Amino acid sequence: MKPVYFDYAATTPCDTEVVAAMHPYFYEHFGNPGSMHAFGQKTKGAVEEARERIASFLGAAPGEIVFTSGGTESNNMAVKGVAYARRGKGNHIITSAIEHNSVLEPCHFLEKDGFEITILPVDGDGLVDPDDVRRAITDKTILISIMHANNEIGTIQPIAEIGRLARELGIYFHTDAVQTLGHLPFSVDDLNVDLLSASAHKLYGPKGIGLLYVRKGTRLTPFMHGGEQENRRRASTHNVPGIVGFGKAVEMAQGSLGEEVQTLTAFRDKLIKGFQEKMDQVKLNGHPTQRLPNNVNISIAHVEGEGMLLSLDMLGIACSTGSACSSASLAPSHVLMAIGLPHELAHGSLRFSMGRPTTAADVDRLLEVLPPVVAKLRAMSPLYRQDGNAPKAC
Amino acid sequence: MSQYSEKVMDHFANPRNVGEIENADGIGKVGNAVCGDIMNLYLRVENNVITDAKFKTFGCGAAIATSSMVTELVKGKTIDEALAITNRAVAEALGGLPPIKMHCSVLAEEALQSAIDDYLKKQQDKA
Repeated sequence: MKPVYFDYAATTPCDTEVVAAMHPYFYEHFGNPGSMHAFGQKTKGAVEEARERIASFLGAAPGEIVFTSGGTESNNMAVKGVAYARRGKGNHIITSAIEHNSVLEPCHFLEKDGFEITILPVDGDGLVDPDDVRRAITDKTILISIMHANNEIGTIQPIAEIGRLARELGIYFHTDAVQTLGHLPFSVDDLNVDLLSASAHKLYGPKGIGLLYVRKGTRLTPFMHGGEQENRRRASTHNVPGIVGFGKAVEMAQGSLGEEVQTLTAFRDKLIKGFQEKMDQVKLNGHPTQRLPNNVNISIAHVEGEGMLLSLDMLGIACSTGSACSSASLAPSHVLMAIGLPHELAHGSLRFSMGRPTTAADVDRLLEVLPPVVAKLRAMSPLYRQDGNAPKAC
Repeated sequence: MSQYSEKVMDHFANPRNVGEIENADGIGKVGNAVCGDIMNLYLRVENNVITDAKFKTFGCGAAIATSSMVTELVKGKTIDEALAITNRAVAEALGGLPPIKMHCSVLAEEALQSAIDDYLKKQQDKA
């Protein structure tokens, strides 16, 4: 049977139309957009066309889009770039406990350089409380960075509200929208953000290309020094095929977004309901409704995630887990810890993320395959008792 | 999942000796849920020879495979021979483990030691 992929939050396949759009820019149109001759002007035109398309999708001006190598670079650029540009104003940054490591690690880096970082907690559903943000602000606060939607548990944050707060006080506000660009409808003005990170390979574009939206007037210290590309905000010859592919991916998302949200939300809710009906002691992680349409994250009591992941993989189903046993650090996911899951439930977590190619048959197959896998592992588990207590709702 | 040897995958997918032994002569319970590994090992011992071994394990693929392997390794061994089984021997019998998973083989060794300790203590109590 054909393997089924339930790990679209990790990465998506590059759409064949995207690949086709990129193709001429490897050989036929190979010029450097920084060159004045016709070869260069051809690719410069393609880069600017992609920039305009993406900017218009975000409700931004083309000049506010900086192309980067991906989400990690964009997050690094936003956090460190603002920190160093605004150092004269203050040294305090506010973020949350469930951010991606590409936000948290730059913050820890800055901590060693004299910056003060406040890491806000989240509630049991993974939500940041805007009142907590308000209380954390000091006269030294220069940046607030809260992700739009969490990559593991899918919870969507009240970004617009936090953004309003930041704007009233003149504090820069960044959001990591890697999981939401092309997956949820929004504009940068809806969200009240000054900076926003995104990555093409999460929306059927190529890997190695991302963007940072930088609202006009936002000061940012570049950390790639060299040529004058991207208005001197990020030196390096443009990744022309990548940028063209990103533009095409955004164009395609624009066309299918509404329908996709509906379809995937229905699949998501069917999976959540089905898992809870077919198995006992299953807990949904993340907010029940304020969550990404394509994300299901569950904890299955008394079994360990890597064991489930391996078993599913052998049966042709690909997913991911927040279990410590699957990570190099042997620590469970910081996101699952932040929502207050006990260790044993964090170890028993599985994330299924769906995408454009996901079908109703895929969803049915998953609902059929997972319960016997769990039953087999539970039969081996010294912890499992059928009549045991339900997992604590934290 | 190419990080595991074929033998590990075989013992994970078809674990030997899963279960509990009623009135076992030696029981070893090691690990905790915080670390994500718990192993219970049950031994039947007759005339100083381990005649049966069963396990129940909460843990990753490597933890289940090492549990399965250790039950295979101890069967037919004397107590002294079983005490000499190291975590390395368990890992080697599985065709090796990724470095990050070696602690799972330590868990198996500890469970074995603990089950034998339990057996020896019970013998002492009887005497």
